[in-house]
Amino acid sequence: MAKEHFDAVVVGAGPAGAAAAYTMAKAGLSVVLLDRGEFPGAKNMFGGIIYRHELEELIPGCTQERTFPVERHITEQRYWLLGPESVVSIGHKHERFNSEPYNAWSTFRVKFDPWLAGKAEEAGALPIYQTVATGLIRDRSGRVIGVHTDREDGDLYADVVVIADGVNSLLAEELGVHRTWRPDEVSLAVKEVIALPRETIEERFNLEGREGTTIEFLGATSQGMTGLGFLYTNRESISLGIGVMVSDLMRSGVKPYELLESVKAHPMIRRLIKGGETKEYSAHMIPEGAWRSMPKLAGDGWVICGDAAQMVNFVHREGTNLAMASGRMAGETIVEAKANGDLSAQALAAYERRVRESFVGKDLKKIQRMPEFLASQDPKQLFDGLIGALNEAAFRFFTVDSRPKAQTHKEIMQDLIQAAGGPGGLLRLAWRGWRAING
Amino acid sequence: MAKGKAQEVQVPTDHEGVLIIVEQHGGQAKSVSWQLLGQGRRIADKLGTRLMALVMGHQVEEVAQEAIAYGADVVYLADDPVLEQYRTQPYAHTAVEVIREAKPEICLVGATYTGRDLAGAIATLVETGLTADCTQIDVEPPPSRLLLASRPAMGEKLMATILCKQRRPQMATARPGVFEALPKDPSRQGELVRVPVTIREEEIAARVLEFIRDPNRVNLEDAPVIVAGGMGMGGPEGFEMLRELARLLGGEVGATRPAVDAGWIDRAHQIGQTGQTVRPKLYIACGISGAVQHVVGMEGSQVIVAINQDPDAPIFQVADYRIVGDVHQIVPALIEEARRRALVGEEAVARG
Amino acid sequence: MHVVVCVKQVPDSREIRIDPVTNTLIREGVPSIVNVFDLHGVEEAVRIKEQFPGTRVTVVSMGPKSAVAALRECISLGADEAVLVSDRAFAGADTLATSYVLSEAIRKVADQWGPVDLVICGKQTLDGDTGQVGPGIATRLKLEQLTYVERIRQIDPEARRITVERHLEDGVEVVETALPALVTVVEGINQVRRASMPGMLRAVRYEPITWTVDDFPEIDRTRIGLKGSPTVVGKAWVPEPVSRAGETLTGQDGEEGPGTPAEVARQLFDRLLATELPAQIGWAVAPVPAGDGGAGTPDGSPVNGGVA
Repeated sequence: MAKEHFDAVVVGAGPAGAAAAYTMAKAGLSVVLLDRGEFPGAKNMFGGIIYRHELEELIPGCTQERTFPVERHITEQRYWLLGPESVVSIGHKHERFNSEPYNAWSTFRVKFDPWLAGKAEEAGALPIYQTVATGLIRDRSGRVIGVHTDREDGDLYADVVVIADGVNSLLAEELGVHRTWRPDEVSLAVKEVIALPRETIEERFNLEGREGTTIEFLGATSQGMTGLGFLYTNRESISLGIGVMVSDLMRSGVKPYELLESVKAHPMIRRLIKGGETKEYSAHMIPEGAWRSMPKLAGDGWVICGDAAQMVNFVHREGTNLAMASGRMAGETIVEAKANGDLSAQALAAYERRVRESFVGKDLKKIQRMPEFLASQDPKQLFDGLIGALNEAAFRFFTVDSRPKAQTHKEIMQDLIQAAGGPGGLLRLAWRGWRAING
Repeated sequence: MAKGKAQEVQVPTDHEGVLIIVEQHGGQAKSVSWQLLGQGRRIADKLGTRLMALVMGHQVEEVAQEAIAYGADVVYLADDPVLEQYRTQPYAHTAVEVIREAKPEICLVGATYTGRDLAGAIATLVETGLTADCTQIDVEPPPSRLLLASRPAMGEKLMATILCKQRRPQMATARPGVFEALPKDPSRQGELVRVPVTIREEEIAARVLEFIRDPNRVNLEDAPVIVAGGMGMGGPEGFEMLRELARLLGGEVGATRPAVDAGWIDRAHQIGQTGQTVRPKLYIACGISGAVQHVVGMEGSQVIVAINQDPDAPIFQVADYRIVGDVHQIVPALIEEARRRALVGEEAVARG
Repeated sequence: MHVVVCVKQVPDSREIRIDPVTNTLIREGVPSIVNVFDLHGVEEAVRIKEQFPGTRVTVVSMGPKSAVAALRECISLGADEAVLVSDRAFAGADTLATSYVLSEAIRKVADQWGPVDLVICGKQTLDGDTGQVGPGIATRLKLEQLTYVERIRQIDPEARRITVERHLEDGVEVVETALPALVTVVEGINQVRRASMPGMLRAVRYEPITWTVDDFPEIDRTRIGLKGSPTVVGKAWVPEPVSRAGETLTGQDGEEGPGTPAEVARQLFDRLLATELPAQIGWAVAPVPAGDGGAGTPDGSPVNGGVA
């Protein structure tokens, strides 16, 4: 039997791969969608946040469907700066977030990923799961012309290979477009899903119906490491986790699950999850290198998208969003190239331009200095010292005693400045932090 | 099993009595048959009706007499060379003729490989309901007289009672080891009815060429003592210790499903809902936490000893003797003690 | 040869959990799989096809529309054709009604693609666990019934004979009989292959043939589905073990602290031998030789006296 040839083979059926496969299959291309899991998302037991805008861009109207697998629409977002037994919080809740079109939802990847991949299947992509792409097939000129898989008679040939096999992408490594991450370029997120009755969640978070809350927290919970915690409400459970830089974990010797246990014991968090039962525990690597460690995105016969290409906006927890957007753009580029009859490396390079000019590239570029900023700071000073001092300051600010307020306020400022390493230190920190976030 | 309500239809009332199909090989009855006669006696008494047995084979009148000693009021004996060895076709044919003649309201068969092979064929031929692999069997008292056949369901996580309201006989296969046989009473009187066997050898295609006995098969069902291990045994070496203890006590080794799944011991040793149900005189649970799926397979044991490091392990709730400690210290001590007391003769030890 | 394999799509019972609060089954998120024993049946059929070229393997399933996924999996392993018998009229069937519909379907398969020489079923399903459908089909179609087969020794298509090894409690029974026959297989019969890539590609594009009740004009509608099922589920409950008022053995009689393992062992045997157990088990209860080579007292404590 002559080897079948496809327009595209997509490796990885997560949000990036599924978006790419959907876009191409919808345009009539022959597409094989490979995934190593039993079904897409099978190994991803965690809940996350997804946004309407990109999904509607990809599949108009899909967020209105009855089968759209979401838990709660997000109406309130809080940010918490945690001391060892205190919190300084800011947040925003708006009734406008409580009406259609919603902005964002909490969801479970184990439901969302198969749903999105199902869209690609409905559009005509051929799903081949429980199959690992073990390597790339190249022709004499070095052009990628397909993939080897771990099945018998397993080679698949295609005009373009879309690499979307996640953060530990074997194929990207084989291409040499990304090296193994340095420990200060990846964080490890440990997470749990904690079951609670719906009424309890709605009471504790002051929610009605399908409203949902997200809380992002930093400070004492990361035990002196660079880290960000998160809590999302689902219908009948809470997703709780914390991500810390792998380099910090190695330095501190803290075990990931110990870290999560201490997060759960924090007095501000303990109350929210009290009585809940842990349903799932998982750990996941997240690339944090942003713009500067994003590899070359296209080459001769291949494109790369999603986590495999380090596209995570860790400041705004939008990995799924960026993955879907990059997958869509990869798909669109290949569809156009196919229509033009030009599948050369130059034609595929249009994908890279498209990404870099889109919000994906711009947002990632905006935070490009963040990794350096964080690396240049002593996490102990930043996450323990400064946030601790802030909490201490707040405590004293709100404590009413017989002392004159002016004196108290003066002392508070002095202590804060000291925690930041002197007056110059505070200014420097503020300036660099601003630049890190704003490019 | 069908879900939902069945219409109330007049139940055939010309069927009465409880029939147990006795399984024998080479004149040796399976113990499950006597266990079923025991349970059959209890439900027949509750219904105020007679207990019948069907013995099929060749030169098996002694088995028929035994059936009376174990509680049967009437024994149907089909004794013929074509029934020398079990084969589905002649056995099912003969059993169906007896059922049509005797018209029992309930027919029970042991859930052995042979019993399940036979019962499935019989139920299809008489077009009645058959509930497989029951672990509880009871009846509603008259006037309903319904058989309550209960069995594990849905991945063995639930128990469900299955009813057969409109057809007779109500059939069930029942798991070995679950019910207790009555004491054998040779002085019991009963009626022996010889039934003609109407199928001839020429009509039967199947030939049993040979039977290869496997000496490594474990007989948990009849073992008086079972020493069972769970994940706390730590690995296959742990089970070697248990073998030694079982040998010294004249028993067999059992295991939980996780230990079997871990590959520490063969599946033939598995006890629990997905394995075998056992009710030995003495059950020693070593390093077994006591998940309900395991416990339901052994809670009928007469005396249960549990050894576990965790004082809160659920296994202790069903234990008569609780030993909180490390199996790797306690089991060797038990082995020493068993050796010292020499409970099983040397001959038996060597044989074991 | 024409081999028919009966398969069923079942919930993966390993994934079913009981809600600890409500004591009900948690069905949500439980994946559907092909009943594992049936997969071994498909594998065996494909091996027969490899042994006797020209053999045709037809897979038959009764179930909801979603069972096409199960049938595709069978195609990926090498089955030639797959038929899904699906209709609301068939729903709610117990083993009697199921074996009736499947045997009617196998008759129809034989009408369409030629006489059937061998039907293979898994020894039982993971959700029903009855093992009754195979014998039911064999009885209805008057096929030679061979259950719990762990090896097919030989098939002779010319002489129309088959020899198998049946797995029984205490050994293996070798049986020879005539074709057409029905075989139910145990797990040990083979190792199910991993589908090849061409198999996977054929499967994802394959549309199983679907037969509804209207495709069976002769079928007796009183014998199918809920109506044709004599058994119904009465009550269902989560089994709870009965607690026993046990004694915790510390190795010390009285108020003293925990004893050594040897002391605990001695105490246990003292207790056990004081009951009816020795007589029931047939243990030889003899006086214990005191100080027998120090056995049992590695800690040097005195050996407790003999048997109570």
